Amino acid sequence: MTSSTCDAGALARYCLALGDDALIYSHRLQQQVTRMPELEEETAIANIALDLLGQARMLLARAGAILGQTEDQLAFFRAEKDFRNVRLAEHADGDFAELTGRLLIFSAWRLALFTELSAAPDPVLAAIAAKGVPELTYHRDYAAQWVVRLGDGTDFSHDRMQRALATLWPLTGELFRPDPGALVSVDPGAVDAVIDMVLAAAGLDRPDAVPPAAGTGRNGVHTEAMGDILAELQSVARAYPDATW
Amino acid sequence: MSWPLYEVFLRGKRGLNHVHVGSLHAADPEMALRHARDLYTRRNEGVSIWVVRATDITASSPDEKDPFFAPSADKVYRHPTFYEIPDDILHM
Repeated sequence: MTSSTCDAGALARYCLALGDDALIYSHRLQQQVTRMPELEEETAIANIALDLLGQARMLLARAGAILGQTEDQLAFFRAEKDFRNVRLAEHADGDFAELTGRLLIFSAWRLALFTELSAAPDPVLAAIAAKGVPELTYHRDYAAQWVVRLGDGTDFSHDRMQRALATLWPLTGELFRPDPGALVSVDPGAVDAVIDMVLAAAGLDRPDAVPPAAGTGRNGVHTEAMGDILAELQSVARAYPDATW
Repeated sequence: MSWPLYEVFLRGKRGLNHVHVGSLHAADPEMALRHARDLYTRRNEGVSIWVVRATDITASSPDEKDPFFAPSADKVYRHPTFYEIPDDILHM
């Protein structure tokens, strides 16, 4: 299949969904930048947030080229129901264990997705995905290192990490749900194998599978947190629509 | 909580040797490597990183500066500047 036969509308919708994942996840990490346990971790988190913001900009720009809108219009002037990110991206991390556990799940999944997308029919999407692969590989490594450290650390850190996984697990089902709008599919077994390897090294138990909630972020159904995120993300651009920076 | 200090050495794309660029805190060498990557290679500076526990470095003391270094200041004969270089020796 060549890009000329690829349904442009489907491509735009999928780029929007992947771009929204990165935009919202990046915003969540930016909120944590001054709250890390050590200065060095703040730089690490800021780097990861910037990588994701870069992915978001390119993906929204790709979608916008088809939809006739700029990346800023898509980021700052859409309503909550029009955002297509998975709910895992909007989760507010309660502690550092949740932050690293969530990043492990998200980056393992997104890396598998981007690896597939590197061969996408649309050359722009394929190039964006190929550029993201080494970034996501590092994010996954960073997160895995911390999950192992905390899981295999003290009794206290182990319990906190195990509790974090229990909190995050209900949000993972959505990632592997059949998505009619997706241009590629990821083998859930391959992502699970990576996560299981980290959990085994960390001495952590894999939580029981939880059936995904009825709605999905891909259809614009979000958690309560999403309104707060968008209020913070969009308020300046909406108050000063002609501002440049 | 306070992690030990590590000194960071980077080898740049065109450099042959690792050069000291700064220090950071980390719980162990593996973490120090990753922190070094995040702190000191953000602008494409390096292709190789060394990290060393700061306490593992034995350094000369500023108090010993004179006995250590002053005697070499007046030994001009240690610099190879007293030789006539023949004309057919190029690139010297």
